[in-house]
Amino acid sequence: MFDYVWLIPILPLVGVMTNGFFGRRIERSNKKLVHWIGCGTVGLAFLVTCLLFLKMLGLEPDKRLYDFTWFTWMASGDFSVAIGYQIDPLSMFMCMFVTGVGFLIHIYSIGYMWTDEGSYFRFFTYLNLFMFSMINLILADNFVLMFLGWEGVGLCSYLLIAFWFSDKANAVAGKKAFITNRVGDFFFAIGMLLLLVNLGKHGVWSLNFSDVFSHASLLSPGLITAICLLFFLGCTAKSAQIPLYIWLPDAMAGPTPVSALIHAATMVTAGVYFVARCNILFTMSPLAMQVVAVVGALTAFFAATMALTHNDIKKVLAYSTISQLGYMFLGLGVGAYAAGLFHVLTHSFFKALLFMCSGCVIHAMSGEQDMRYMGGLRKKMPITFYTMVIATLAIIGFPGFSGFFSKDEILWKAFSSPSGNSMLWLIGVLAAAMTAFYMFRLIFMTFFNECRASEEVKKHIHEAPKSMTFPLIVLAFLSIVGGLIGIPAALGGSNLVEHFLEPIMGLGAGKIFQDAAGTAVLHEAHAAAAHASYMTEYILMAITSTIVLAGVGLAYMMYMQKRTIPETLAQKFPVLYKLLLNKWYIDELYEWNVIKPLHSFSRFLWQVADVKIIDGFVNGTARFFMRCGGMLRNIQTGYVQRYAVTFVAGTVAVIVYYIFVLYI
Amino acid sequence: MADHQNIYLLLSAILFTIGCGGVLTRKNAIVVFLCIEIMLGAVNLVFITFSRANTSPEGIFMVMCVMAVAAAEAAVGLAIFVLLYRKTGSINIDKFNLLKW
Repeated sequence: MFDYVWLIPILPLVGVMTNGFFGRRIERSNKKLVHWIGCGTVGLAFLVTCLLFLKMLGLEPDKRLYDFTWFTWMASGDFSVAIGYQIDPLSMFMCMFVTGVGFLIHIYSIGYMWTDEGSYFRFFTYLNLFMFSMINLILADNFVLMFLGWEGVGLCSYLLIAFWFSDKANAVAGKKAFITNRVGDFFFAIGMLLLLVNLGKHGVWSLNFSDVFSHASLLSPGLITAICLLFFLGCTAKSAQIPLYIWLPDAMAGPTPVSALIHAATMVTAGVYFVARCNILFTMSPLAMQVVAVVGALTAFFAATMALTHNDIKKVLAYSTISQLGYMFLGLGVGAYAAGLFHVLTHSFFKALLFMCSGCVIHAMSGEQDMRYMGGLRKKMPITFYTMVIATLAIIGFPGFSGFFSKDEILWKAFSSPSGNSMLWLIGVLAAAMTAFYMFRLIFMTFFNECRASEEVKKHIHEAPKSMTFPLIVLAFLSIVGGLIGIPAALGGSNLVEHFLEPIMGLGAGKIFQDAAGTAVLHEAHAAAAHASYMTEYILMAITSTIVLAGVGLAYMMYMQKRTIPETLAQKFPVLYKLLLNKWYIDELYEWNVIKPLHSFSRFLWQVADVKIIDGFVNGTARFFMRCGGMLRNIQTGYVQRYAVTFVAGTVAVIVYYIFVLYI
Repeated sequence: MADHQNIYLLLSAILFTIGCGGVLTRKNAIVVFLCIEIMLGAVNLVFITFSRANTSPEGIFMVMCVMAVAAAEAAVGLAIFVLLYRKTGSINIDKFNLLKW
């Protein structure tokens, strides 16, 4: 049964092949067939995933590891890389929501992209290619195949951000995303090579996850820290963390389904997945863990501040994505891998939903993205309104909704776990309060009060078609109940997520990979967690919820009751307002410190090193031979008699030589 | 049999030199052509001289071949001159430097 796992990545690839090679013809003859192929293949992949998932649930927890090696991809000496897929709780967990949410977003795209003439097939080809890469990323059983997926999703991200490439801004945004990701990938690849070479020194020529993790104790702690930090740098690019988050807000230039699928629900969580996958390595390096936690917390906080003042509906959501990803890394960094992944899951539901709702809004507003020109959409788009409110309640962690359980789990672990502390918790709570504020600001500005759009736009406001609202309703349902699988013990639940992921995380992973390394640390962690009483957890929960509600209240006051407050505040604190509006001038900082010097260095290489030195050398060689030829060609006059003279002179010379030199 | 051999060879040498000088210096294509014929004649004379001296027929065969080639060459060469004259109105070989690069 598990041997059919190859179907999951191959099905979307079939979609890529069909739509990629014959899409133009299919679209011309039967446009519907394009999305039937695009959605159908992903739907089937989801089905296969479900079957495998159910099959795995039937197994004993410590037998839930299956390695399917399909064929050898490349081999060199003792080192070989296989196309192989690993089925374990973590990969199945990821695969379930990637294919599931991916499928819903594919369906949504039908309605969103239907009016796009001529590039409809291209969109579905890219989406399927993305699904193929993403599935490879999460199912791969070795680092190299995972890296293939890692690069593949980066490529698809680029292609889809710049999908409407005839507009230069979109093309530039795509380029920015791609180049920023390349910086991260560079470090990621170095980390991978460092790992390979150093394991090779101990005779382990393999990049298989199970081989690497079971031999991780051979490496020195310093080396592991270096490898983990390099990997984490790669993750900061892919998952939009400080310092490489800058591409994500610009990535909103792509079509909204893309923002939902790639830049909210799935691709950006690849970094979280990867850190969780390598939890054994990270656990062995407390320093790396600390870095992950601090970067996560800071990102959660700063991204939230940036979202406060933005007026572009998608940009606000983009910053909130960065902020939520920060939470996930905070969770991972304090050793709560399950909590981090739980947040990945719930976030994929409500953030995909938020983006899809914003897509419906943008659709209805004839492409307008500025919230200052929206308002009053509540009555005109009821389904979008209600689903978006549900998603908002989920993201701010309103008690009972999915985000509450996952976010609270992270905050609790940030406070209680031995590697966490109250400072991290405080930053997290502040970020949560800001999340509540800016999310409700978005809701109030978009759906309440009077409509500020022009008359022309107003006429066209309508509810989205069924293919778009259906995924909204499904995801809204999941956003409400998604949290139920992870109710913490303190609230009478059993935290199914944590138990499900246990075999592959920390202690359990140690059991599976027969590795003693790091287990001592984890034992301590478990002991400490057991000590903390439920009372503290209740108190923290109450504090967080109160602060979140205060954020909502503040938003209500500023954007519903006294709507002059925001302006007065902006006038009173012009410096702070400008700082936030311009995203702390981080983009400008990069512009001046990284991009400009790089530009001038590249310009130097181009105009001096390339044009003058390299081209000069090549052209100089050519010119030298041209000059020689020019001199020599004067000999060839074209007059027969001159040739004859040479001829005779030569003959005479030969004769003279024979007679006078040889015979005399 | 060796009588007058040197005289024939000398005559041949003189004829060859005259022909050679003519080819190198004359401007009229037909004259140049005639000079080439003189050179061929000089060579033929050498062949016959040695053939007689060695009492072997090979030299005479060679002369036959040379004469056949010369006849063919004359036909082609004169045809070229006629065409050149028709095209350019001149057969002064200083005017033609077509064999350039």
